[in-house]
Amino acid sequence: MAETSWLTEFPEMDRNSLIDLRKMFDAGYREFSRSYGDAIESFFDPLLVFLVWFEKLLIQSPWWAVLLVMTVLAYLGSRSIKLSLGVVAAFLLIGYFGMWDNTMRTMSIIMVSTLLSIALGIPIGILMSRSDRAQAVVKTVLDVMQTMPAFVYLIPVVMLLGIGKVPGVIAVVVYAIPPVIRLTNLGIRLVDQEVLEAATAYGASRWQRLVGVQLPLAMPNIMAGINQTIMMALAMVVIASMIGVKGLGQPVLKSITNQYFTMGLFNGLAIVALAIIFDRLSQACARRTQKHLGDVRGE
Amino acid sequence: MSEPLIRIKGLYKVFGPNPQAVLPMVLEGRAKDEILAETGHTVGLNNINLEINQGDIFVVMGLSGSGKSTLIRLFNRLIESTAGQITVGGTDVMSLGTRELEQFRRNRMSMVFQHFGLMPHRTVIENVAYGLMVQGVDKKIRTETAADWLETVGLAGYEKQYPSQLSGGQQQRVGLARALCTDADILLMDEAFSALDPLIRSEMQDQLIELQEKLHKTIIFITHDLDEALRIGDRIAILKDGELSQVGKPEEILLKPADDYVEAFVRDVNRGRVLTANVVMKPPACRLTNENLDEALRQMRGKEHEYGYVFEDADYKGIVTCELIEDAMKQPDGETDLTELAEDMPTVHPDTPLEDILPASLEQPYPVPVIDEEGGFQGVVSRKSMISALSDVIEDAPK
Repeated sequence: MAETSWLTEFPEMDRNSLIDLRKMFDAGYREFSRSYGDAIESFFDPLLVFLVWFEKLLIQSPWWAVLLVMTVLAYLGSRSIKLSLGVVAAFLLIGYFGMWDNTMRTMSIIMVSTLLSIALGIPIGILMSRSDRAQAVVKTVLDVMQTMPAFVYLIPVVMLLGIGKVPGVIAVVVYAIPPVIRLTNLGIRLVDQEVLEAATAYGASRWQRLVGVQLPLAMPNIMAGINQTIMMALAMVVIASMIGVKGLGQPVLKSITNQYFTMGLFNGLAIVALAIIFDRLSQACARRTQKHLGDVRGE
Repeated sequence: MSEPLIRIKGLYKVFGPNPQAVLPMVLEGRAKDEILAETGHTVGLNNINLEINQGDIFVVMGLSGSGKSTLIRLFNRLIESTAGQITVGGTDVMSLGTRELEQFRRNRMSMVFQHFGLMPHRTVIENVAYGLMVQGVDKKIRTETAADWLETVGLAGYEKQYPSQLSGGQQQRVGLARALCTDADILLMDEAFSALDPLIRSEMQDQLIELQEKLHKTIIFITHDLDEALRIGDRIAILKDGELSQVGKPEEILLKPADDYVEAFVRDVNRGRVLTANVVMKPPACRLTNENLDEALRQMRGKEHEYGYVFEDADYKGIVTCELIEDAMKQPDGETDLTELAEDMPTVHPDTPLEDILPASLEQPYPVPVIDEEGGFQGVVSRKSMISALSDVIEDAPK
């Protein structure tokens, strides 16, 4: 009874047609990357130049200068001596254990990726808050981005752009951008309707409402999103090292393949130290700029 | 009477995904509940027609869900209407394009909100100056203007504070200053005092009345509190389930409620505080001008009155009684001039509430004369007319 075998066996696609289907897509994509790869690569050239320049800047500057700048930034952002001293201690330890250059490389890629995520994420979040339809579409895309294993979307990126810094940044941005988009959208939607109505009633234009009311009032949420984006970018460092991104991820990768426990641990701890520094810094900075809003919620 | 400033004609608002499709049902006169059950659309406002005069405080009163907050948002199109027309001084508000609407909101109308609607990230002075900032007024000028208005509402010295640092009453003063700062001639007040506690609320009402005497804005005031409506309103519209029940002066609402709904509302009102002398006063029964004593006595007897109000030309001089004249005539060297004989009696102002007149009227047997600011005689208030005004709801209550 061959006709009823679908009751016991899933009526799956014919093996050969499945292979043909895969071949078709692979060939199609390969064709696409062959004909447009160079064009797309040159589109990303300015990014590459900037990445290289920024990494060189961090590595070639004397260590004490970088340390000084970081500490001053930490103090300006947080106005906390304790936090600033923590930054100094963390960097001194990292340098002492010989991970300075890799840490600088990782920091450069994290900073660039975060800036890109913010620059892309906030406008997308604003768009999303403007229309329910845009929200539905973007939400679905974000869900896919967040659940799709990172390795899977690394494949087409590597096929298109090869291995190196630019595909690394793209991978990190894809992985890290969802929080800033989601929380920008949420923050704007949560703005007190009466305050927005007041702005409208006094004749504010759409732009005046966005810049003068919606974004400032959504800022606590946006800052939380940026904080999460930084954390996720750091988490992506090890995976990004698989496509040739230099930094703290590569020694970790080497440790996994060669079972160097201590080396892995040290580099892992360096990533953790960076994460804590960036987290505390961005949070302290957010708290400081949102002081009066904090009062409102405190009541 | 001059042309009304704001005219509303056949205004409808239906909430739901496809209001235009449901509108014919509303126009047919189908019931609100029926439309909701059949189409899932809510009728917010149903055939509103209003005329609002320049310089009036026009109060729209209704309970929650009556559509009053929807109505006020149609004036400056924070909500779009389904059908109908609003004209403000000849401008058809519904036909304005985006830019024109922004200009209209900037220059013609300002708004005060129930929960203040202040921007928590701006200081008090920046909040007050917000309307001018939107208009692109130079920072120095707008800050100076805002400081003046802040002083007017009694908050000088709070410029650099954030709204969250102020009390509710203070925040609403900021809201009021913000509304006045743009110098728009129409003020929309959406339950502006409802979130404040009673003492602060009556303070704010007084302040509003006081400001209005100087500024002569046209104020549209939304409230769910009839006492508030009667206290500050020049005219009152009562809204029920999106329809107007009655529009009129406070005393008309109070003394001639149009239907059971309004009737139920006004039953609990303290009429003695709301009704004033000019509502119940009547012309005096016996008016005596420069007659001699005999003639006066004859007039009073002719009308079977024990007393009369004495006038010299048009000026009120006092009250005389038959007894008083008779005594004067008996004495040989008695007074012969009626105006000299007239006794000074306590008088009241046309705006005096009845509850303040009652004690005075109990002390004297004659109706109390009503005298306005210029000393002109307006009429008299008798105990009988006061009592009937205070109690006719109970007497005439519909069965």
